[in-house]
Amino acid sequence: MALTRDQIAMRVAQEIQDGYYVNLGIGIPTLVANYVPEDMDVMLQSENGLLGMGEFPTEETIDPDLINAGKQTVTAVTGAAYFSSAESFAMIRGGHVDLTVLGAFEVDQEGSIASWMIPGKLVKGMGGAMDLVAGAENIIVTMTHANKHGVSKILKKCTLPLTGANCIKRVITELAFMEIKNGAFHLLERAPGVSVEEIQALTEADLVVNGDIPEMTF
Amino acid sequence: MSGFNKVVTSYEEALAGFTDNMTVMVGGFGLCGIPEGLIEQVNKLGSTGLTAISNNAGVDGFGLGKWLEKRQISTMIGSYVGENELFEKLLLSGEMEVILTPQGTLAEKIRAGGAGIPAFFTATGYGTQVADGKETREIDGRNYVLEPSLTADFALVKAWKADTMGNLIFRKTAMNFNPMMATAGKITVVEVEEIVEAGELDPNYIHTPGIYVQRVIKGNFEKRIEQRTIKPSSEKE
Repeated sequence: MALTRDQIAMRVAQEIQDGYYVNLGIGIPTLVANYVPEDMDVMLQSENGLLGMGEFPTEETIDPDLINAGKQTVTAVTGAAYFSSAESFAMIRGGHVDLTVLGAFEVDQEGSIASWMIPGKLVKGMGGAMDLVAGAENIIVTMTHANKHGVSKILKKCTLPLTGANCIKRVITELAFMEIKNGAFHLLERAPGVSVEEIQALTEADLVVNGDIPEMTF
Repeated sequence: MSGFNKVVTSYEEALAGFTDNMTVMVGGFGLCGIPEGLIEQVNKLGSTGLTAISNNAGVDGFGLGKWLEKRQISTMIGSYVGENELFEKLLLSGEMEVILTPQGTLAEKIRAGGAGIPAFFTATGYGTQVADGKETREIDGRNYVLEPSLTADFALVKAWKADTMGNLIFRKTAMNFNPMMATAGKITVVEVEEIVEAGELDPNYIHTPGIYVQRVIKGNFEKRIEQRTIKPSSEKE
């Protein structure tokens, strides 16, 4: 069975370590916060200027001066810090964030990612996505393996305008956990009940399959 | 001390010298931490041909959305600008030019501008259309794009508290682009929630020293929320 959005988030959360500073993008990446193991402390970075993002507020604690990068009202956890946008991107560009999780339209076997613009549709802007992919050493991309017509989004070469070139190393889809190295995707894990052949069928890129590929465990 | 008294009491005074075709920075992230009264005053002045530098472009009818309604902006420099329908129309009709800039690069361009640094190299945007036409360089095996810095004729900034000498303290994530913009304006005007006497703010906790600030005005803020998100009541403790 293909993973649900929450299961993708659960699998990403397994990559988190105690003491990590983590930036989560909009969509599936946001769900990762729900699956951080209880015995671990993680500080969430929000690029509009908050380290230590907490849950949504109550009617009583809501504060228009405290939002996340998606412009939602949030709270701050114990030990949080506020800072300017320049400081925030110094953290990101300087490689101080331990893990960045973001979504994508396409990724390719050179590690390039397209996530901000579809020609012909209104361009709203890249926000902080280009800075995040350029700055972070440790990035996990969460995305669907193919579009609803079965056209692969795991490509030899991205077709959409890039967010970043040669910067992505790990991708988790509803079917597979893959690593990008030496100009190819390497299959690390399968979603439970999904065969290597099914993954290959929906992967346009070169896919290296070494030996038995284990199923993900939750 | 009066030479250092930055306080003005009217928006006319706050924006004295503001004219058509100027470059103006406006602080805020979405509608959080925007100088509402200063934006309103520029709207009232009706200045046109403006180059606006701001992370976002407001929403329909609020924030920079008001400048869009009056067609005051000819060039918009921001990282994410699509929260209003009018913006789309102006963009598609060619009435307004838009220069999309990665958010961290935008912040650093403004910081550099205020700090007297004309340009800097960043890996952000290398290999993307952001790098088109720009100088690139390989440094220690990695590729970088040369990004010129930004300054402005006016910087319109929102802070939480100021003292009469223009020392500023920001509050929570309403800080965002405001501190850098304060340094990058030829004339920096700051709208605050509270003005106190010099000496009342602890010098240890000043975010922006008064040297960057030319004018301070006390505003009244609506503080509109874009995405009101509340914890589901079942989770309430």
